Amino acid sequence: MTALRAAGAVSTDRPIIFYRPTETADALRFLAERPEAVPVAGGTDLMVGVNYRHIRPEAMLDLTAIVELCTWTDEGTAIRIGSGVPYARIVAELATALPGLAAASRTVGSPQIRNRGTVGGNLATASPAGDAHPPLLATGANIEIAAPEGRRTVAIDDFFTGPKRSVLRPGEIITAVTVPKAAGPQQFLKVGTRNAMVISVCAFALALDLDRRTVGTGIGSAGPTPLRALPAEELELPWAAPAGLTDATVERFGDLVAAAARPIDDVRGTAAYRRHALAVCAARALRRTWRAAFEERSAEWN
Amino acid sequence: MPEPTPLPTPTSNAVGQSAIRADALPKVNGDFDYASDLAAEGMLWGHTLRSPHPKARIRSIDTAAAEAMAGVAAVLTAADVPGKRTYGLIEDDQPVLADTMANYQGEPVAIIAATDLDTARRAADAITVDYEVLEPLCDPAEAVRRGEYFRHQPLQVGDPDTATAAVVVAREYVVGMQDQAPLGPESGLALPRPDGGVDLRVATQWLHSDQEQIAPCLGLKESQVHLEMAGIGGAFGAREDLSVQVHMAMLALATDKPVKMMYDRAESFLGHVHRHPARMRYEHGADAEGRLVYVRAQIVLDGGAYASTTDAVVGNAASLAVGPYEVEHVAVEAWGTRTNNPPCGAMRGFGGVQTCFAYESQMDALAEELGLDPLEIRRRNAMHQGSKLITGQVVQEPGIDVPNENAPFSPLVDLLDRFAAIPAPAIPAGRDIIELPGGTGNTTHGEGVVRGVGYGVGLKNVCYSEGFDDFSTARIRLELVDGEPVAYVHTAAAEVGQGHQTIQAQIVRTELGIDRVELLPVDTKVGSAGSSSASRQSYMTGGAVKAASEAVRELWATHDLADGPIEATREFRHRPTKPMDPVTGQGDSHVQLALCVHRATVDVDIELGLVKVVDLTCVQDVGKILNPIALEGQIHGASAQGLGLAVMEEMIVDAGVVKNASFTDYLIPTILDMPPMRLEIVENADPAAPYGLRGAGEPPTLSSTPAIVAAIRDATGLALTHVPVRPEHLTRHLVRQP
Repeated sequence: MTALRAAGAVSTDRPIIFYRPTETADALRFLAERPEAVPVAGGTDLMVGVNYRHIRPEAMLDLTAIVELCTWTDEGTAIRIGSGVPYARIVAELATALPGLAAASRTVGSPQIRNRGTVGGNLATASPAGDAHPPLLATGANIEIAAPEGRRTVAIDDFFTGPKRSVLRPGEIITAVTVPKAAGPQQFLKVGTRNAMVISVCAFALALDLDRRTVGTGIGSAGPTPLRALPAEELELPWAAPAGLTDATVERFGDLVAAAARPIDDVRGTAAYRRHALAVCAARALRRTWRAAFEERSAEWN
Repeated sequence: MPEPTPLPTPTSNAVGQSAIRADALPKVNGDFDYASDLAAEGMLWGHTLRSPHPKARIRSIDTAAAEAMAGVAAVLTAADVPGKRTYGLIEDDQPVLADTMANYQGEPVAIIAATDLDTARRAADAITVDYEVLEPLCDPAEAVRRGEYFRHQPLQVGDPDTATAAVVVAREYVVGMQDQAPLGPESGLALPRPDGGVDLRVATQWLHSDQEQIAPCLGLKESQVHLEMAGIGGAFGAREDLSVQVHMAMLALATDKPVKMMYDRAESFLGHVHRHPARMRYEHGADAEGRLVYVRAQIVLDGGAYASTTDAVVGNAASLAVGPYEVEHVAVEAWGTRTNNPPCGAMRGFGGVQTCFAYESQMDALAEELGLDPLEIRRRNAMHQGSKLITGQVVQEPGIDVPNENAPFSPLVDLLDRFAAIPAPAIPAGRDIIELPGGTGNTTHGEGVVRGVGYGVGLKNVCYSEGFDDFSTARIRLELVDGEPVAYVHTAAAEVGQGHQTIQAQIVRTELGIDRVELLPVDTKVGSAGSSSASRQSYMTGGAVKAASEAVRELWATHDLADGPIEATREFRHRPTKPMDPVTGQGDSHVQLALCVHRATVDVDIELGLVKVVDLTCVQDVGKILNPIALEGQIHGASAQGLGLAVMEEMIVDAGVVKNASFTDYLIPTILDMPPMRLEIVENADPAAPYGLRGAGEPPTLSSTPAIVAAIRDATGLALTHVPVRPEHLTRHLVRQP
């Protein structure tokens, strides 16, 4: 355990306890001893708050040296991604297996942020605008959480409980997210008022499962939590005769996605615009994935 | 008498060449010392407590708990201001610290010095201010009705009431509050001096104006307040008004220790003035051929809580209200209101930006009514040699070539005609998503994308206007160092990132024919250089450096440097101007005029309302190119700032409270938003200016905004009277009610 004396603008008279374990068990023990400690991985959310003094952590738990958290593994039908794997690696290494999550990762912040930021951090912050959330919802990912008493797995559908709130309890650490491999084309569309490096006004993820003949959906930045559009997922699609997908069906799908959103007016956009944009994005996502699945016969579904 | 040393010629980096700026490499590799990097042995950190309310009476301030905190060296309020309680660039109406009233959100109320910034911030949290929250005045139209304004400038030429027009377009335009968004936050270091004075190192735009405002507030003589320029991270007008200066000096004098201040990003957004938001009602009447018959304009610029430079901004808006076009009958009313919104003042373009969006939108609306090409309607109305501005000022620049003996030369037609040789780009095949609207968001693969093209013309005054007695000072010493002549140049001209220092060295090399030029620190030990604003430094300090160089050269002709150095100091003045008449707006008020024309090509996703500017072509008259690479950088940057206003940049203020004081939600263009530019730089020299130059840093900020909006109109068919254009504006007609 080391006590760092931060330089410059940070207080020089109050040392911050900074702990950098290599094992998850040590991390959990530290959190149990110091409930006030703040876990940090990429720090891309946390350090903004520290810089503005919205939070003044007395102790920080650095997760970046824990090997288990910094690796991903192929589990056969799914990929288990350690919570500390940065977006840049998901883009570079998992675009074929997890095209939706990789596409979302590509839209996160700047290259510097993608080098540092992690899916685990995105989940822990649980912002409705988190870019990773819609594809995790669309694919039915599972979150693995470690606590002193053992590990538990939470379905992504049950993870978010409110704006910046989740089922994660004090003393717990997100260790991994397990994402089913793509069983069909996937799309992620993020609307922002700048062409890069922007927090989403709204976002939409879609995953076609050609084996199960299902559509998975995820909505971002248009509700108190990231949302699925269940009525849209239940819409009957012409799986047996794919050429029969009509404009009316596609538009109906878009409308059902828009109706599932619960957006508000804020500085980034109006609720009315968010609903409209979600309808457009959902229709485009369905058309693109359907075409990829049944017209282009593409080997890669992106 | 010994033979005078013959005049050599410089081997490189003379006027006209792309001399590379000395700060280029350090800025790229991270070695550059910004004002935020300043430090001194034993220094304290200063911090500001600000009013959270747009309007509140301050009943009492209890600082006892803050003063009792370990590490806190001083807590000061309005009662501790040693001298004059207020300051200001034109009118001294802004309190150093709010006394009985806070008039905008973010107004400084108390200042703290402590051993570190975090302690200073905690101390600020420990100060109890008893506010009586009052109803703020936030509606500029209501402010006009109540007579709450800093300036009302009418302007009348001819009589629009008697004029008859074949076509009339009347629209109301809105320009949102843009911020300069300099990346370097307000920062500086104050060092107490043994004589009771104070040394300030600060990133600012006009050292001597700062000195003149600071000294009385500190109860000191100007000679006791010495300023030295610190490394600047962008200015764009945001550093014309004081920010940290008086506060850190007060803290340094109170504690007898060096005090550093550095705003965080949110404070920076609250701690400097913004571009005036505007509401403008325009009515243009034209004959059947599209020639303007009359223009009526009502222009309301919101100055916010304090005067700052609102007075001069209103003068620009009124005098440039119709742009570079001839109109016989004009009636303009321009106001700069006083409200409880954030104070607004200088920003690149300075009153010219707002009206340019309106008059160029009107020209396009007329062209559409008449079925005319947008370039053609501008040609038919373009000012030419001998034309009058609406202020009565005659546009007459002797020396400009007259290519056509039958008609007076029109610098604007000259620029407009050059677009024929630079066609708008074709749509390439197989584009990546980052070349499409929505960019990395993957929102379109071509779905809903429509292309549009539009033009914008801007007319900007260069240098200070309306009778201001402006000057700049340069001192040059020439001496032999290791047998080689070296010129030492001393001015107080603020390098704000525009590359002015490079220009100074180029001028000295050219005029003295030497290679070695050393620039001395920019400080108040030499006379004023005036402000690095109004596109004036090349003209004014460039002119002073040229004049001082010429004086040195003359002395050198009869003096051997081996006998000792030569020194000359020169003040440079532009030709005098006159104020605008307070009733008619008439007056020879501007020094120099500069023109710029943009053509924008945009792709719009018309279903999502997302915009990608795919090309900006700019034709600008700069009189004379002093440094091509620096000039191109200025045009690129100014165009990007205009692009920001067109499609994304807006401080969102609700009932006087800023909602997006961060780079998360105040968006400025990225490299993916800013297209590669094609430039056609024209040199129609102004014989009255040094080398014939025209100020170049501002004009492209005016014209790029209306060009981009015109292109979006072309793609969507929508009227678009509000900038920034938001996705909501482009999709409102598509939104179905749930």
